[in-house]
Amino acid sequence: MSDLLLSPEHRYAKEIEKRRNEDGSELSILNLGPTHPATHGIFQNILLMDGERILDGEGTVGYIHRAFEKIAENRPFYQITVLTDRMNYCSAPINNMGWWMTLEKALGIEVPKRVQYLRVIIMELARIADHIICSSVMGVDTGALTGFLYVFQFREKIYEIYEEICGARLTTNMGRIGGFEREWSPEAFKKIDAFLEEFPPIWTEFENLLTRNRIFMDRTIGVGAISAEKAVSYGFTGPNLRAAGVDYDVRVMQPYSSYEDFEFNIPVGKHGDTYDRFCVRNAEVWESLSIIRQALAKLPEGPFHADVPDYYLPPKDEVYHNMEALIYHFKIVMGEVPVPLTEVYHPVEGGNGEVGFYLITDGSRTPYRLHFRRPCFIYYQAYNDMVRGQMLSDAIATLSSLNVIAGELDA
Amino acid sequence: MSDTSKYNTVDAPEGYAGEGFFATKLDSVVGLARANSLWPLPFATSCCGIEFMATMAAHYDVARFGSERMSFSPRQADMLLVMGTIAKKMAPILRQVYEQMSEPKWVIAVGACASSGGVFDTYSVLQGIDKVIPVDVYVPGCPPRPEQILDGIMRLQEIVKSESVRRRGSDEYKDLLGSYNIK
Amino acid sequence: MALETSVIQNKLIENFGLKVSDFFQQHDIFTFEVASDSIVEVMKFLRDDATLRFNFLTDLCGIHYPDYEKERQFAVVYHMHNWMDNVRIRIKCYLDGDKPEIDTVSGLFLSSNWQERETYDFYGIIFKGHPQLKRILNMDEMTSFPLRKEFPLEDSGRTDKDDRFFGRTSQNC
Repeated sequence: MSDLLLSPEHRYAKEIEKRRNEDGSELSILNLGPTHPATHGIFQNILLMDGERILDGEGTVGYIHRAFEKIAENRPFYQITVLTDRMNYCSAPINNMGWWMTLEKALGIEVPKRVQYLRVIIMELARIADHIICSSVMGVDTGALTGFLYVFQFREKIYEIYEEICGARLTTNMGRIGGFEREWSPEAFKKIDAFLEEFPPIWTEFENLLTRNRIFMDRTIGVGAISAEKAVSYGFTGPNLRAAGVDYDVRVMQPYSSYEDFEFNIPVGKHGDTYDRFCVRNAEVWESLSIIRQALAKLPEGPFHADVPDYYLPPKDEVYHNMEALIYHFKIVMGEVPVPLTEVYHPVEGGNGEVGFYLITDGSRTPYRLHFRRPCFIYYQAYNDMVRGQMLSDAIATLSSLNVIAGELDA
Repeated sequence: MSDTSKYNTVDAPEGYAGEGFFATKLDSVVGLARANSLWPLPFATSCCGIEFMATMAAHYDVARFGSERMSFSPRQADMLLVMGTIAKKMAPILRQVYEQMSEPKWVIAVGACASSGGVFDTYSVLQGIDKVIPVDVYVPGCPPRPEQILDGIMRLQEIVKSESVRRRGSDEYKDLLGSYNIK
Repeated sequence: MALETSVIQNKLIENFGLKVSDFFQQHDIFTFEVASDSIVEVMKFLRDDATLRFNFLTDLCGIHYPDYEKERQFAVVYHMHNWMDNVRIRIKCYLDGDKPEIDTVSGLFLSSNWQERETYDFYGIIFKGHPQLKRILNMDEMTSFPLRKEFPLEDSGRTDKDDRFFGRTSQNC
């Protein structure tokens, strides 16, 4: 397997030749990945090490490149949600809703208030699910396995809520142009209420395990720090940027789907190190819980989808009995719907930052070009910069705090 | 130890029992031991990996099937659980991990992407891992529910129980590996 | 005080003249076209000017237009965002179909490093001056640029799926 080893022309090989320490030891190369228990997803980092300290690193990605952007050019609009699910699969509904909002912007559709509030609820639940994974796996990577087992139970509860709404656990494929495919059952609301009752004490317990834990703090404070200017230049968004001290949140900057109706804080860190990222994510879970409570309290009555027969499939029993519904159904599936020639960019606040959808339509039923602005891909470039000069175990802790999800990295 | 009888123990294989001895076939005993202590190597690439994390967690607990220790070192693992899409860039690495595993080894392809490429019929995705390594059990789904993954592991347990001890040295097995160009 | 699009347009025209053109508001983003040889100076001006202050490069991607005239077959699109006044703009640079080349902006924004590699990987657009312009998502040995329109989606060498069942014939594939 010689193509997987380092070639002699690589600059690290040359560096090793050049430098030899006074005590006779020399530099070495460590291949971190692509299959590694602590990298959450498959990406490779070739590290140039001086003993235990990392001098430089080079990352390779693309081990799960599934060509989403090329597939999107060959699929009708309603089949692209399947692709958006599998980008950031820990919080799939956020991507789904972002895609529908992009389409609604392109087609000029206004959705009812109830739909917007329901979208907010599901997106915040997905954000909680994403942060549950990131925080508990940060515990696992530093050696604390207990938190993972306890809070994952609540990810199961969130999965049950998704199942009530759309039928699937992880890759939800939720929603339609203009709203949802069915009204949320009373069982779904009961489960959300039960979740809001049971989850806060467990999250407090999880935070108590790690936030003031001496070992965890020693392992994460000052590790993998990045300054605010560098973070902005590297294109950071989301919790990683907020941990560095910049309060940029798409929900506040460019409110979509009625986020301006809710009151919530944006937690911001100070040093941009691993501990700050952990604390920012934990605080965001509390904010998301508060947003869900507000949305449930103020949920207006109304239809669960916009009245756009051109784009929204009619109910199936009408299709079998009503000529007009049959014609609309045929036109929508075959793609004979009026699609304007336009370009639109719509960002949403995903679990990792600003997920952007840049869509260019050409009047046919498939996009001409669809580009996903994937936050993981953009901020992962900074990883090698962040771990320069740190120890190997710090590099692992930094990697898990960045919440790099391979599906979003490679698309 | 509790005195409830709510847990299941594994049944002993067929054999002849007497005072202080038990006679049975070597294949059955070895199969029984192997089947109930399969240590997985979670080769988690994408969304199916998250469903595996859910399977590993407390609700669907795969440890009660014997997979207590997730081994990330190929030498110490019994079964390779390939979960998620394998791109063509990743295929040589998957093969290298498979070759590094020591015998006896089994492979479960979890999810539609590992079984046949899944939704991603593109130039960059390997259309099924059985193009590069031999697979024992395929678990369809996108992603499969944890119960399905556990069902796949249980099917593998049946295969392992009934496998002959001499299989790994037989010509048939060598031909199988030869058809994949694995030495 | 909000930043008006007319202010952006006037400042750009007075500093760059004919190199910037085609200004219009598309949905909520102000779009304009920049000549491909002056992208670095325009972007530096947008970032450093005291009124414009576009401090964030949101996105960088490429597009292939095989139906346009030859000098405009490829395009590189930059989305920038001003966080202080909350204004977004989109910059499009059209490139020649046979030799798509443009200067790199990785000296201005570090986030463009991998995004330019991705655009090169997908379209074959060369970014002059890039520190490490090689493929990032596809395999290093690949010779074609897959997101160009002439390249098919499916791997033509696959054996387990029969194209006839997908309605694909040699005429329409």
